[in-house]
Amino acid sequence: MPPVQVRGEVLSRRRAGAYHLLELVAPGVADTARPGQFVALRVGGPVSGLLLRRAFAIYRATPVGAYAGTVQIVVAARGAGTEWLAAVRQGEQLDVVGPLGAPFRLPTTAVGCVLVGGGYGSAPLFGLAEALRARDCRVDMVLGAATADRVFGALEAKRAASSVVVTTEDGSTGVQGRVSDVLPDVIEQSGALVVYACGPMPMLRAVSEVAASYATPCQVAVEEAMACGIGVCMTCVLPVTGDDGVTRMTRSCVDGPVFLADRVRWDELGRVPADALGAPALAAGGER
Amino acid sequence: MTGTDEPDCDLTAHLGAARLPNPVLTASGCAAAGRELQQFFDVAELGAVVTKSVLLEPRAGRPTPRMAETPSGMLNSIGLQGPGIDAFCEHDLPWLAERGARTMVSIAGATVGEYAGLAARLRGHPGVVGIEVNISCPNVEDRGQVFACDPQAAARVVAAVRQETSPLVPVLAKLSPDVTDIVAIARSCVDAGADGLSLVNTLLGVVVDTGTLRPALAGLTGGLSGPAIRPVAVRCVWQVHAAMPEVPILGMGGIMTGLDALQFVLAGAAAVSVGTAVFADPRAPGRVLAELRRALLERGFARLADAVGYAHRPANAEPLAAPAVPEQRVPAHRLG
Repeated sequence: MPPVQVRGEVLSRRRAGAYHLLELVAPGVADTARPGQFVALRVGGPVSGLLLRRAFAIYRATPVGAYAGTVQIVVAARGAGTEWLAAVRQGEQLDVVGPLGAPFRLPTTAVGCVLVGGGYGSAPLFGLAEALRARDCRVDMVLGAATADRVFGALEAKRAASSVVVTTEDGSTGVQGRVSDVLPDVIEQSGALVVYACGPMPMLRAVSEVAASYATPCQVAVEEAMACGIGVCMTCVLPVTGDDGVTRMTRSCVDGPVFLADRVRWDELGRVPADALGAPALAAGGER
Repeated sequence: MTGTDEPDCDLTAHLGAARLPNPVLTASGCAAAGRELQQFFDVAELGAVVTKSVLLEPRAGRPTPRMAETPSGMLNSIGLQGPGIDAFCEHDLPWLAERGARTMVSIAGATVGEYAGLAARLRGHPGVVGIEVNISCPNVEDRGQVFACDPQAAARVVAAVRQETSPLVPVLAKLSPDVTDIVAIARSCVDAGADGLSLVNTLLGVVVDTGTLRPALAGLTGGLSGPAIRPVAVRCVWQVHAAMPEVPILGMGGIMTGLDALQFVLAGAAAVSVGTAVFADPRAPGRVLAELRRALLERGFARLADAVGYAHRPANAEPLAAPAVPEQRVPAHRLG
């Protein structure tokens, strides 16, 4: 289904640890949203000089209810745009485009799945957990962050999953360490056959390596800086190998944000691989 | 378009031999080849779709980060990523033609021969209403000197493209504002056969990330676009129109609203491109068109053509169309 552009009203905003949880009435967005998709919001208000949309994974999409479809997002205030969003008032109108991007692909049989979230990257995993359990898949979750207040959804995870392991780098809650440290045990104990992950790139890379060591298929939802979210600006690219074996600089907004982990050229992130389609010839002089 | 008792405005825009039903186009590099925007509005309703610059061969572009937000604008450093002319002619041009969209194809190259080859490859394709020559590219035959910054090199590219293109298809040279004398470059391109000029490309900029203590963009420099550059763009349009009022100008640079577009028209643009605004509002081109039409009518212009360059008339001149300036809460030149 194509995305829509709507005026969304802020239904509520509340703190969730280090983050802000926003619920928006966004008719037409929630109806077709699937886990892993995102919305792109304008920020700063009508006279703002901030032009670029901010992209947020959809945490919850509620197509029907008291309101004409709502979506919830998790905002980490870390720049002028997200700080503005984190202070937005109930009733304020936001320009919302969504749902955008390729969602997580779901297994066709009832297999065990481990869902791994880093920081607020766990947001899209709760909708995914619900969709998986509706297919009788066992769901286990691993949530990690630097500190306890940056772990999003640890309580909810207990309801959503058969088991939950929380990690923090400072040990302020759960196991001290990183999600990739505990992931092997979780895969072994749960007998999971699929891994899903969302979070910062270094975490996704580490999760991808663990999954690969178990020959377990893994899907990752990447976080790349986007300007438009709809596929026209070409800023959010990363090197991904296609079905034809050719690596292309691939847009994470329309071809992602969910990718098969073994297709992402993790060792070439932030670079253009020499074998990518259209990579500069080595003999040629440097491009300006 | 006409309402029941609403007067109509003739929005026909002329860019050389091209006659467009209205003067609002997309801007190269801000609309891909139209497909993504079709989800939000019908691109056939625009004057034309200006496609992302196409090269002879596929190009992977620059590494990331490719983008940095700036006050009322952004820097981009994409590096002309694209599928190359063969894939473009096979997939993108037919898609646009099937929808009845008019296409202005932006071409880019590293040598005069590459530009000529691209123009030759585009000959005879239905729906192509113009060629926009992106000359803000390094010339590998001249130590990487940018074509757009050298009147002779710019003229050689324009002449080569003009020669390979049907006389019915206008060739527009897209100029960089990063030059000492834009009128000199413009004149050189027109003398070489350019039917019109696209003004302006992005301004070169650098953002330093004070956290990493490194440049924000992987490619160091990026092109500055958005409302931040609008006065620079309007100035370029003004200067070139003043020097060569007969040469059609496609104006662009930070157009967010119909009134922004009107500034370009009054300064001398025959048509406008809406670029970076699309990132903020995917429906911006259609909205700008509606707003421009209303703004023209409010000022008594029955024809777009009457407004082109209107701001150049002497201060004591008789009004042409007796435009009635609509009441505004705050005059545009005062701070609101």
